[in-house]
Amino acid sequence: MKEYQTITEISGPLVFAEVDEPVGYDEIVEIETADGEVRRGQVLDSSSGTVAIQTFEGTGGIDRKSSVRFLGETMKMPVTEDLLGRVLDGSGNPIDDGPDIVPDERRDIVGAAINPYSREYPEEFIQTGVSAIDGMNTLVRGQKLPIFSGSGLPHNDLALQIARQATVPEDAGEDEEESEFAVIFGAMGITAEEANEFMDDFERTGALERSVVFMNLADDPAVERTVTPRLALTTAEYLAFDKGYHVLVILTDMTNYCEALREIGAAREEVPGRRGYPGYMYTDLASLYERAGRIKGEDGSVTQIPILTMPSDDITHPIPDLTGYITEGQIMVDRDLNSQGVQPPVNVLPSLSRLMDDGIGEGLTRGDHGGVSDQIYAAYAEGEDLRDLVNIVGREALSERDNKYLDFADRFEEEFVQQGYNTNRDIDETLNVGWDLLSMLPKDELNRVDEENIEQYYTEDESVEVTADD
Amino acid sequence: MSKATESDVREDGIIESVSGPVVTAVDLEARMNDVVYVGNEGLMGEVIEIEGNLTTIQVYEETSGVAPGEPVESTGAPLSVDLGPGMLDSIYDGVQRPLDVLEEKMNSAFLDRGVDAPGIDLEKTWDFTPEVEEGDEVGNGDIVGSVPETPSIDHKVMVPPGTLDEDETAAVVSVESGEFNVEQTVAELETGDEIQMRQEWPVREARPTEEKQTPTEPLTSGQRILDGLFPLAKGGTAAIPGPFGSGKTVAQQSLAKFADADIVVYIGCGERGNEMTEVIDDFPDLPDPQTGNALMARTCLIANTSNMPVAARESCVYTGITIAEHYRDMGYDVALMADSTSRWAEAMREISSRLEEMPGEEGYPAYLAARLSEFYERAGYFENINGTEGSVSAIGAVSPPGGDFSEPVTQNTLRIVKTFWALDADLAERRHFPAINWDESYSLYRDQLDPWFVENVAEDWPEQRQWAIDVLDEEGELQEIVQLVGKDALPEDQQLTLEVARFLKEAWLQQNALHDVDRYCPPEKTYEMLGAIKMFNDEAFDALEAGVPVEEITDVDSLPRLNRIGTTPDDEAEEFVEELEADITEELRALY
Repeated sequence: MKEYQTITEISGPLVFAEVDEPVGYDEIVEIETADGEVRRGQVLDSSSGTVAIQTFEGTGGIDRKSSVRFLGETMKMPVTEDLLGRVLDGSGNPIDDGPDIVPDERRDIVGAAINPYSREYPEEFIQTGVSAIDGMNTLVRGQKLPIFSGSGLPHNDLALQIARQATVPEDAGEDEEESEFAVIFGAMGITAEEANEFMDDFERTGALERSVVFMNLADDPAVERTVTPRLALTTAEYLAFDKGYHVLVILTDMTNYCEALREIGAAREEVPGRRGYPGYMYTDLASLYERAGRIKGEDGSVTQIPILTMPSDDITHPIPDLTGYITEGQIMVDRDLNSQGVQPPVNVLPSLSRLMDDGIGEGLTRGDHGGVSDQIYAAYAEGEDLRDLVNIVGREALSERDNKYLDFADRFEEEFVQQGYNTNRDIDETLNVGWDLLSMLPKDELNRVDEENIEQYYTEDESVEVTADD
Repeated sequence: MSKATESDVREDGIIESVSGPVVTAVDLEARMNDVVYVGNEGLMGEVIEIEGNLTTIQVYEETSGVAPGEPVESTGAPLSVDLGPGMLDSIYDGVQRPLDVLEEKMNSAFLDRGVDAPGIDLEKTWDFTPEVEEGDEVGNGDIVGSVPETPSIDHKVMVPPGTLDEDETAAVVSVESGEFNVEQTVAELETGDEIQMRQEWPVREARPTEEKQTPTEPLTSGQRILDGLFPLAKGGTAAIPGPFGSGKTVAQQSLAKFADADIVVYIGCGERGNEMTEVIDDFPDLPDPQTGNALMARTCLIANTSNMPVAARESCVYTGITIAEHYRDMGYDVALMADSTSRWAEAMREISSRLEEMPGEEGYPAYLAARLSEFYERAGYFENINGTEGSVSAIGAVSPPGGDFSEPVTQNTLRIVKTFWALDADLAERRHFPAINWDESYSLYRDQLDPWFVENVAEDWPEQRQWAIDVLDEEGELQEIVQLVGKDALPEDQQLTLEVARFLKEAWLQQNALHDVDRYCPPEKTYEMLGAIKMFNDEAFDALEAGVPVEEITDVDSLPRLNRIGTTPDDEAEEFVEELEADITEELRALY
């Protein structure tokens, strides 16, 4: 291993050095400052003669005399089953005063793409116990379903609720020997307070035992954030596909990750794409999100719930936009519902789970699931539309039918979406609440539900009671 | 991808720099677009720029760990695909490496690097039946025989274009039936040229044709809103832009399943891995509505998911359209779906920015529009050089950032394509699928396809359609008023129009892609359903004129059955509609 003292330029998180031997692209670099501190970095650009190095821990204190060592390998994550229950920093070093980690293997953190031919299509229902998700936007194993939120909204509570309650119902599907659930938590640039909130909850509920936590806090180096999710996902893949765990990966906050990407792009003087984010951000995000999935012949699975806060709640901002194009749907946390006190404030209309249709129905959840959710969507959308109208013309001007839809929309938010962060509803309960609501509407309005299901679940008396409502 | 055929690969070139998928090399003797093998692992790449002694290469595989000083070898041949029997029922990556073979060779579910595989199985033998006799004169592109490639498709073996001079013919001196593999000679010409089943073609070059013709036949899709309102022609071009979650992929997949093409080439360009898996899982089990055989028997899949190397994403649309053109040359109608062309454009942008080219609009390269039009121009209804007629219809999904259609990829695509199916987030949110907006969408093929519909479906097809369009237009205008004053403030006839429009939207335009029956609606049924709604419209307005209030008209018992026509099996539909029409008429007339 050769050591150089040939730094020519330092700019933002980048260091340029002259070399006289070839250096591989993406190789790991150690830079030792004059006072003996060692910083790590990665080769971003390698030409014969010079290399550009991106440092993870900032360039402060590095000078022209600092020495540069190339380790001759790309970045690796030491993986072992013993990682469960451990808390690591954003670069993968333990910070919980526990014993040293003895790795089984060291894995390249830039995971290879899963061959689409080798994938197993995800269709096993995960019950999160949250009606707005289970009933309307069902999560399945191997899916990547982000939470789109905004600053100041309780997305963390929702994520914790999912992490706590997620199970695969016993009777669902053909029972193999049950694999265990594990949670991998990758935090990028979250505040110490938020981190405490997560850690307290993990410890209180005993979830930490089956978790691996990666913490890059708001005051940790920003560039390190580009590595944290890759360490988390490498660990997840190892646990899922080598050890047979069902791994739920929660990544928060992807917005901070993208900011870090932009910072590096700007330092390299790249041609920027929309809003200054690099043109390759789609590819870069895909290399993270696409690491969710199942593989034929393997028991385990990687399910991802990335959380991102949309700058000024704008879903067309590049970060949520590119994410939505890669992930299989999104769960939208809504500011209005939140101020109404709905817990969790999930707005189901713009939410979507693309893999829902294959994960529900007879033998998976319940035969009427698809119809109920379609019908509720249509009815709630209609009620929402009418709310605008009511503001102008008042309720009296509307027909009886319209009034029923308005009541439906109100009760849907109050009874179906609203459940509190500590209530765990199973899928039967969720669907039954759904039927209570649908029974407010006249039978012949239910054109998306099979007739036999109407026979079975529709309760007549509800519809009478409603007209007397206001 | 085809292995370089020449064995004298010249050892030359040294890597100068590496930056992501872009590698530069010095002392490399290669032409533009030649395929090269990069580094000690022999990663596949393509020459994209030559400047002095410096050659720039885009690499189709991950470049981690590749260092300056490693060798670069040129194959001396441009990026080509292997054309021959065995392409159907296959799934390829962006440079035509079969993914199942890669899995086997790499012995892993993850894609490794530096592994190459031929696009078609070189060992497998096919049962060749000659279609010419010894002594027959053949020219470029002429069919010498065929092999049963799948239960649905006979693969024609053709004289590769360029074998003879243009307009030159040569006599066949020997041709034999029997079992051959793709590299064995099946026919020999007097010029000494030997014809094999396999031929190669550079992907960036269109295969030659005799003449492009005006398409007059529709590519029916079994989707009511498409066949009924915005039809696509065989050999036509269409774009489906829409924000995420609006159902682009479902629409593309429905087309791939039900379009009445002979061959379907489905390109998953930079999209989700699980979606491709769904296609791989579904297609072998689904029957082709035309032949009843498995859908895979007419399908070639190209899967370059978003996390696979970006340069291969750039090339995958070319790989796809070259394969499509090959089947067109045999006289087949080919439908090509590219999902999504935005990812392809982004791949161009990414490579362009690594080359530090001067960017055009929104960072896309200045040649974006040229590349897009080049691609769509390869579609069309053609007279082939061997005299057969075939078509390639190209349907490109577009994923505009934020659903904003004013961005460069959508705009440049719209300047070329003649059919525009605009997906709408609002419709998708209320689960109105397919979420195609009927106000914004258009098809410029409508008029040239009308004669076909008149002849094959119903004489008053154009009039019925126009009626539906008028009602939907009127509804759009009325809705604006309703938003202000409420529905009950409208005069009764307008209220009735709204009700009719509701059936048009809910019963006719909406279609459930997941329902076993409703997912495919033959044009006849599309027509009958529309007819039933029109009939209700006429009867209802008669009743209204006779003084029956709107509430009573819309309260008729049989009316909700209009919503169930779509899910009624095709062979019972006609009877169901007749009965329904009779009931509606009877009940309405009983009111006055």
